[in-house]
Amino acid sequence: MNRKVIIIGSGPAGLTAALYAGRANLNPLVFEGNQPGGQLTITTDVENYPGFPEGVQGPEMMDLFRKQAQRFGAETQLKNVTKVDLSKYPFKVWVNQDLFTGESIIISTGASARMLGLESEKELMGYGVSTCATCDGYFFQNKKLMVVGGGDSAMEEAIFLTKFASEIWIVHRRDQLRASKIMQDRMEKNPKIQVHWNSVIQEIKGSRESGVKEVIVEDTLTGKTREESCDGVFLAIGHIPNVSLFKDILNMDKNGYIITKDGRTSTSIPGVFACGDVQDHVYRQAVTAAGSGCQAAIDAEHYLEEKS
Amino acid sequence: MEDNVFEFTEKNFNSEVLQSDIPVLVDFWAEWCGPCKAIAPTVGEIADEYNGTVKVGKVNVDNNQKVAMEYGIRSIPSLLIFKDGTIVNQIVGSVEKDSITKLLKEAL
Repeated sequence: MNRKVIIIGSGPAGLTAALYAGRANLNPLVFEGNQPGGQLTITTDVENYPGFPEGVQGPEMMDLFRKQAQRFGAETQLKNVTKVDLSKYPFKVWVNQDLFTGESIIISTGASARMLGLESEKELMGYGVSTCATCDGYFFQNKKLMVVGGGDSAMEEAIFLTKFASEIWIVHRRDQLRASKIMQDRMEKNPKIQVHWNSVIQEIKGSRESGVKEVIVEDTLTGKTREESCDGVFLAIGHIPNVSLFKDILNMDKNGYIITKDGRTSTSIPGVFACGDVQDHVYRQAVTAAGSGCQAAIDAEHYLEEKS
Repeated sequence: MEDNVFEFTEKNFNSEVLQSDIPVLVDFWAEWCGPCKAIAPTVGEIADEYNGTVKVGKVNVDNNQKVAMEYGIRSIPSLLIFKDGTIVNQIVGSVEKDSITKLLKEAL
């Protein structure tokens, strides 16, 4: 099945690209991936998206984005792209065995939470280790939790978790936080939150049956380790772009973000465009992602016009 | 699409899930969980396709905390596969349909 535009990813960037491409009569096909709606579906209140003076729930907002794109002819599929071939024209996109071809591709695969890189963390993800306080906090009523990270999102997660947990320790590798003043203030005022300074988690102990039992924490100044009991570990140490499909195919920066050029959404392959968090490690906002999704659709439209 | 998806609760969990003659796929979810909503259509499709061979149902963790605690749920969506009253497999998080059906086939 050949398409003018195939969009990979369904966060604010992908669905805005779908809206604009739909309105340009390009009949776009969106592969929603394994997190339809993207990172906003694991948040609660979105208070900084213009047009919603009372705020809006993340999942609800993404439903609205999807409906608006569908209204103008975008087709959305709950499928995960497994392979691409961008070396020949038309571009090829596979979902397992099924092949789709596109005259242009818009990449909006977004970013995922960064992990510590421990075996035990992989084993216990979903069993006491989490990257999503809004999803999993509920299961830690009156428990003791560790929140790893020193930025705004770590403060936000810790403060949110005080709704459930009885005691929260922020684990931060330095002696000061990166978080904004206002978030630090909120955190410091909260009697349930304390900080392990100059600390990194070296190991998480527990099992899938019993959950997390304790962590081994290393003091970054002395190198000494100690055990700290806890019932859960929440990670808020940043994000990494979802680029595994495009390794060795597109130019990326040293952190793996797709490089776009000339102030547009063009990538190193003409006809392939990137928008949203997969190419932006600076702003990472719903509204900037949506803006770049619009740009990608317009860039794709221009590209298709020039080619024909 | 939801026609074949049962509603499991604290009250009927024993009779509907643990005593079931056929394997059961249980989807732990909540109203406030975005990824749970994302996976719901997939669970509905599986319920239709496996109708008669696998029983498929959902547990709302807000209303059935005891069940969620009993099975150590610490993240949702969590999909548990029961056979003859015991858990034979489980998946945490939103995954593709194939990953679920693969485990169901093992349970059959």
